[in-house]
Amino acid sequence: MNDTNFIPASVLRRSFIELEARARAQSLLDAGTARELVGPFERMESPWLPAQGIAPQSDDGCIVLKGTISAKPVVVIALEGAFQAGSMGEVSGAKMTAALDLAARDSANGTNTAAVLLLETGGVRLQEANLGLAAIAEVIASVLGLRQYAPVISVIAGTVGCFGGMALVAGVSSYVLMTREARLGLNGAEVIEQESGIEEFDSSDRALIWAIDGGEQRVGMGVADELIDDDAQKIAASVRRYVEAGPPRIHRSDQVDLYSQRIAALDVSKQFDPVMLRDSWSNTRKKGGAA
Amino acid sequence: MEQFKFDYPQAKRPVSNKAHVGVVGSGDMEILMEPSKDGAAQVTVLTSVNGFGASWKAVLDRFFASYEGAVRVHINDAGATPGNVMLRLQQAVEVIEK
Repeated sequence: MNDTNFIPASVLRRSFIELEARARAQSLLDAGTARELVGPFERMESPWLPAQGIAPQSDDGCIVLKGTISAKPVVVIALEGAFQAGSMGEVSGAKMTAALDLAARDSANGTNTAAVLLLETGGVRLQEANLGLAAIAEVIASVLGLRQYAPVISVIAGTVGCFGGMALVAGVSSYVLMTREARLGLNGAEVIEQESGIEEFDSSDRALIWAIDGGEQRVGMGVADELIDDDAQKIAASVRRYVEAGPPRIHRSDQVDLYSQRIAALDVSKQFDPVMLRDSWSNTRKKGGAA
Repeated sequence: MEQFKFDYPQAKRPVSNKAHVGVVGSGDMEILMEPSKDGAAQVTVLTSVNGFGASWKAVLDRFFASYEGAVRVHINDAGATPGNVMLRLQQAVEVIEK
């Protein structure tokens, strides 16, 4: 404690979570290769938010950068968690779908183009209702179209996390990377409490929420592949590894029998806790979504 | 939601770059700053928070009292405070004059 020159690594590191979505996307691509598609000056804003008294954002919270990682073509699609909780509307959904479809088209023509999704999202944008739901269905279809050629890598860094329909997008990804701060779940804590009562889920109990939805638990259960530190350099290095690895031999979401057996084997007659679940599922864990 | 438009005809030094800063998050805003088409600065503001027209005018008047670039500015706002607005404007200038 007497050494005043000591600065811990946690202070020196460049936080990824503290970056805005565009800067996050840029930090992953090879230097000087990033080119934004349908950028803010195109003013592709949500037509539905102003009609409800809400200021839109010029990129609708969805930032699409094309570039390279390890000299391989990649498209990075980043959702801005600070704008409407990264929710998916008509425009942001269309941007994500179009980017994935273009990557699939390039891949089908011989230039394999991976996608990196930076998912900070509460799911469907409720103000755009059915259009948001349709958008997410299209995104899922596009991920399934692309992942047969090139990996679709989802990064959930926090602090919004990844919920609702977009959790399904993470589910069909080739690889999922999470920080300890990040959460991944179909229904968010507040939604569960609102629908099923506080006895079912206390949304003010942060320890409970992270024990179930948190990155450590999700990686421990094998529904995410790697626990990453909140460090822009380390995250870029991890993403690079998965881009270089290509798609897994078998995607996690294709392992229907494995997960059906696991769920069937759970003893629902008594309450099971997150640690027990992690222990029992980690035995048969398949690293990297592949068998 | 309210919309405002302000003109600053005295700001007519040509600029050639564009700048985009900020996020339309709670208490924050985004600025799109680009060269003006008619050679003088103009600002449009779209804000979720009603009743602050005079504050917007005061902050922008003060900003354009010292900045003379002929920029077209659009602001999407989710409740940025006047101090925050000024910082974002200065950040956009830093980018556009680079």
